[in-house]
Amino acid sequence: MTAMPSITRDEAAHLARLARLALTDDELEHLAGQLDVIINAVARVSEVAVADVPPTSHAVPLTNVFRPDEVRPSLSPDEVLAAAPASEQQRFRVPRILDEE
Amino acid sequence: MSVYDDVLAKYEPVLGLETHVELGTNSKMFCGCATTFGAEPNTQVCPTCLGLPGSLPVTNAAAIESTIRIGLALHCTIASWCRFARKNYFYPDMPKDFQISQYDEPLCVDGYLDVEVDGEMVRVGIERVHLEEDTGKSLHVGGSTGRIHGATHSLVDYNRAGIPLVEIVTKPVPGTGRLAPEVARAYVTELRETVRALGVSDVRMEEGSLRCDVNVSLNLVGAAEWGTRTETKNVNSLRSIERAVRSEIERQGGVLDAGERVVQETRHFHEGTGTTRSGRSKEQAEDYRYFPEPDLVPIAPAREWVESLRAALPELPLERRQRLREEWGISALDMQAALNAGAVSSIESTIAAGATARDAYKWWMGELARNANERGVEVSELLVTPGDVARISALVADGKLTDKLARQVLEGVLAGEGSPDDVVTARGLEVVSDDAALGAAIDAAIAANAEVARKVRDGKVAAAGALVGAVMKATKGQADAARVRELILEKLLR
Amino acid sequence: MTELIRLTAAQLAAAIASGEASAVEVVRAHLDRIAAIDAKVHAFLHIDTDGALATARTVDKKRTDGEKLGPLAGVPLALKDVLTQKGIPTTCGSKILEGWIPPYDSTVVRKLREADVVILGKTNMDEFAMGSSTENSAFGATRNPWDLERIPGGSSGGSSASVAAYEAPLAIGTDTGGSIRQPAAVTGIVGVKPTYGGVSRYGLVAFSSSLDQAGPLARSVLDAALLHAAIAGHDPLDATSIDAPVPDVVAAARAGDMSGLRVGVVRELNGDGYDPGVRQRFSEAVELLASLGADVGEVSCPHFDYAMPAYYLIAPSEASSNLARFDAMRYGLRVGDDGTRSAEEVMALTRAAGFGAEVKRRIMIGTYALSSGYYDAYYGSAQKVRTLISQDFAAAFEKFDVLVSPTTPTTAFRIGERTDDPLKMYLADLDTIPSNLAGNSSMSLPVGLSPDDGLPVGLQIMAPALADDRLYRVGAALEKALRERWGHALIEEVPAL
Repeated sequence: MTAMPSITRDEAAHLARLARLALTDDELEHLAGQLDVIINAVARVSEVAVADVPPTSHAVPLTNVFRPDEVRPSLSPDEVLAAAPASEQQRFRVPRILDEE
Repeated sequence: MSVYDDVLAKYEPVLGLETHVELGTNSKMFCGCATTFGAEPNTQVCPTCLGLPGSLPVTNAAAIESTIRIGLALHCTIASWCRFARKNYFYPDMPKDFQISQYDEPLCVDGYLDVEVDGEMVRVGIERVHLEEDTGKSLHVGGSTGRIHGATHSLVDYNRAGIPLVEIVTKPVPGTGRLAPEVARAYVTELRETVRALGVSDVRMEEGSLRCDVNVSLNLVGAAEWGTRTETKNVNSLRSIERAVRSEIERQGGVLDAGERVVQETRHFHEGTGTTRSGRSKEQAEDYRYFPEPDLVPIAPAREWVESLRAALPELPLERRQRLREEWGISALDMQAALNAGAVSSIESTIAAGATARDAYKWWMGELARNANERGVEVSELLVTPGDVARISALVADGKLTDKLARQVLEGVLAGEGSPDDVVTARGLEVVSDDAALGAAIDAAIAANAEVARKVRDGKVAAAGALVGAVMKATKGQADAARVRELILEKLLR
Repeated sequence: MTELIRLTAAQLAAAIASGEASAVEVVRAHLDRIAAIDAKVHAFLHIDTDGALATARTVDKKRTDGEKLGPLAGVPLALKDVLTQKGIPTTCGSKILEGWIPPYDSTVVRKLREADVVILGKTNMDEFAMGSSTENSAFGATRNPWDLERIPGGSSGGSSASVAAYEAPLAIGTDTGGSIRQPAAVTGIVGVKPTYGGVSRYGLVAFSSSLDQAGPLARSVLDAALLHAAIAGHDPLDATSIDAPVPDVVAAARAGDMSGLRVGVVRELNGDGYDPGVRQRFSEAVELLASLGADVGEVSCPHFDYAMPAYYLIAPSEASSNLARFDAMRYGLRVGDDGTRSAEEVMALTRAAGFGAEVKRRIMIGTYALSSGYYDAYYGSAQKVRTLISQDFAAAFEKFDVLVSPTTPTTAFRIGERTDDPLKMYLADLDTIPSNLAGNSSMSLPVGLSPDDGLPVGLQIMAPALADDRLYRVGAALEKALRERWGHALIEEVPAL
């Protein structure tokens, strides 16, 4: 079994960034500790997960579930935008998107 | 020598292309919303493609079939079992903040596409063909000219979200040398023709249904290892692909010559300058946390089904062009010119309508290609049909039209004046072929040019040209000059 | 006639169908009960008085018009607030969805409407179904009708409490790691997690897509079967929905016959860490099964010991992805949009403000388990454990028709007792998780009050996938025998509120 690294505050901060959670320093500190405990508790899955065991991603062994290429009614724009925090020109108004260029 | 030549004297480029093709299915990838281009914003969305809580995707069978057909046309192996995966990253135009895509189990792998450059065949290896969903589209407001940079906010339309998108990734393409830009362009052109022949997408780069990312790296000529590559995004016309590759080769050459290292990063192509600009570096790259999509069950295409799709593939563009080249008796370069002009089908149909290969090629690649170019449209979009062109050729062959008259008829057809016969009648363009009518004009010309006529009688046959000119003038050009000459000589030398 | 709220769903449906009671009377009786006691229990987040009465009137009109009524026509039901109902708020117990009104019905709701069931309102739950106590609701904890200082289980704690408190004869819950069965166990009622794919997940706000399953909570096995039959069946809108006939659970519940059935007691789901009172009631129930003609034996499922760690990798991983969409762009809460902040910043501020501590914790675990470099060790290994657990089940079901265990290691714990210790909290699902990982069907039914604390103890019955009818056959037989022994249903001992 591989040694599992403990979760540092920096690592917690990285995870929070990936997960888009603006956590406070206190929250990060607290969570890093809890995550470490939890991850250490669950890491023992690798004790039995040996190479020749195939992984299961779906509990029920179904394959090839498709729908025919048929158009179905869409929602009305009013229904679509009803819950929008902000809208303009029949579009969702969102804060500025960070310049990727 | 140019900068480009300097760089290529020293370095060898390796290409890689990632192409996205939006499939032309009736409904979206995972829901029944329509896919009509240009619809009013947010009118083609439902709980699923809007990513509403509780909604679920169900795979469109036609999208799977189309992807397999693309894979087969690209000589790929079709997976016997594969899954969709979630690609996790946050972005406002992505409703679920993950994209349903494929990761380590693509639907099609390991194929190739042969392309012709300068009459040479280049085999471009295909790494994988997989299926994913498109994102919505953002309108950036408050900055200059809709650019993301400097915008105060954005407006998102999710009509495009969930449209099936096929990603076609090449293997690295080494050994193209200074032809790298042309190979890149020829590959995308050939891919577009192939997808179009399959009828699974309208592959319009200007509408974004065909999009291309270009990878380039350089290594010293003869080096054992390839260099660090960059990925240039937003390369959205055939010309830009060529320019982006060239520009990136020049830029990387400069970086290497300065003793620096090429940074592995995403770059953006700018049409205006024809150059690329730095985007996200690998260090900043997202961790996409791929995992098998639990809402969709695995895909296991039955062998018999795949074989029936393979058997039903249409003739592919390259085979077709090879067949047509032989039938038409033209060179590889001429065929490539026809391909680049988008005229192959028009020529083929014109021949089918009765024209000779030579005439059909001449009209489409001459007069019509020029005309389309001036108007900035594809030849196929001109107001003339292959039938019209065949009819005009026939009129010329029958001596009813001269080449000059034929061009005038074509002009009329292109101007929307009707069929070739309509134009001939309306404009009164028929050749004066009545020997009696010509006889009078000839007699008049001889009478008016007695000195010239004497020279001809004395054996200076070349002098007859002046008489022919006079007759053509008198008939306003509607006579067949060769026939006029024949008649003049008959009259004077007999 | 007995007070309407004390009747079972089957009795109510019969009374309404015969005209003995009107649907409006029945619904009003339950709405009155809710008005009278829900301030103490806090089972509901939203009560749709007008909608419920309107549906009841429609049912009454259908009856007088002589139209055909469904087997549960006019029967009131409490719906877990994780399933969408068009026009009715759906919060999932989270601030981040406060005020969101879905524009579409979940398939479960559509089927309930088709069955003429009357939806009273939406029940409280642990935020996004993450929890075992309903203390993780952003809108306050729900209390256990047996002891208001104790938890009603979770995450379907509002649903279990509403049924145990006679606010509704039926409720819909969802079960990802035990969230129907554990609340049923600690409130002394019946709860069933159908076979994965048996009930459509369309409109069920996903926690862990490969594990989530909606199912019935009721005060009797027959009532659970009637509701199960109403909501189950193939749905083309859910690609993981099984396209096969639904086992006849109602017939099985009516038959309730044990003779010749082989019952395996799972060795790994008992022993140290289980309350003595739980163990005692469980053993008595197993003896009773044997006395009813069951062929009882012990069976080992060695990999069940790894079920909990696998679950606490798989569920958070899927959740970290499923909950990404709550990003303040299209619906729900938006925090910090002051005109200067970027979308990225607003997303992060909103999610930090809108999600509770347990949700954040699980999103962080899931993000970690899926991140590059750790995937194989955590998520990948957990998926392999899933295979091993399915293999254990398959081997056990070769020898036994059903397996049994206690539903939970302990009875209802006190509110606040475990909130600071996530690992201790997670133990509540120890027995229920294997069935979620393998996708088979599973039921909890009450087998008595613990001699330790006088609180209900649940017995879990596990059946193979698509053999949900076996749960009802065994459950009904055991229920009947226990009621004969006690002279009444256990739930009748619940204190007056």
